[in-house]
Amino acid sequence: MSFTNEQLERYSRHIILKEVGVKGQNKLLESKVLVIGTGGLGAPAAMFLAAAGIGTIGLVDFDAVELSNLQRQIIHLTKDVGKPKVLSGKETIREMNPDVDVVTYHEWVSSANMKDIIHDREYDFIIDGTDNFPAKFLINDACVLTKKPFSHAGIIRFFGQTMTYVPGQGPCYRCIFQSPPPPDAVPTCKQAGVLGVMGGIIGTIQATEAIKYVLGIGELLTGSLLTYDALLMEFRKVKLSNNEKCQVCGENATIKELIDYEQAACDVKH
Amino acid sequence: MNKGKADAFVDITDVVCPVTFVKVKVAIEELEPGQILEIRMNEGEPIQNVPRSLKDEDHKVIRVENNGDGTYTVLVEKDGLT
Repeated sequence: MSFTNEQLERYSRHIILKEVGVKGQNKLLESKVLVIGTGGLGAPAAMFLAAAGIGTIGLVDFDAVELSNLQRQIIHLTKDVGKPKVLSGKETIREMNPDVDVVTYHEWVSSANMKDIIHDREYDFIIDGTDNFPAKFLINDACVLTKKPFSHAGIIRFFGQTMTYVPGQGPCYRCIFQSPPPPDAVPTCKQAGVLGVMGGIIGTIQATEAIKYVLGIGELLTGSLLTYDALLMEFRKVKLSNNEKCQVCGENATIKELIDYEQAACDVKH
Repeated sequence: MNKGKADAFVDITDVVCPVTFVKVKVAIEELEPGQILEIRMNEGEPIQNVPRSLKDEDHKVIRVENNGDGTYTVLVEKDGLT
């Protein structure tokens, strides 16, 4: 495709980069990234992906915007309270960058729809911006089984972590964390609180990984878990290796179908 | 070395930094290695920066001509420094 003058100007800071250039910007415009959860992590991730000119962005969320979300979920505005998050997210992205095609999935992910959503547009990369363990394991297993790369992340209080999975290039989330903790054993953001900027820092790293993956540049967080402690202002990168006995990506994997784990009771919404 | 004809031409006298170099990149990415791009650019900031940016990306500046009207013509060989 050829760029319009407006696009040349909009993406000029990218195109000037040797590692991006015209070809790289075209790759971004032709790429498709699925963002699951448009909350603390998904909001900034989706916004930077949109600004970067990722051509198709899928947004998955069943929640509606609440006032308590606005302290960190910067894709949603005060006027959006009560609106489905996917709709509010789509409207913000549209205003940021009309080049982006936003696909909305107003539903919770589960074993029943996860693969269909991934295959809907054959997304190139998936961002896990969810806030609960059942969804994190579901996304991991779905990405392993459909051979899709994804970025895992979690944030709580002043702490965040993220790692990237690329098929055949290192461990999956289940290699490291074999199964979800028992429901209610671990506090969620809602119970524990989270500093608003945590999603901005970690979600933006997730967007960076997606962009690097699409461009095929640099080193990804494959085989590494990056942790961030905002109080100590300390990043740590922990090397991780494959777990040969991993139930979903190991040699004798037993998980062939997606599993719906039980949610912590306080998180279940009706 | 190809001293004479350019394989493509781009005029960046109607734009300012950073779109100057962006337009040059768009033009040069469409060429094959070894082909020549002719660029018409303004004196001042463009002539100071665009040739240097081209060298940074391993393209060879073969000729710089002052056109005497406030513009320069620069010939560049794609990937000429690799």
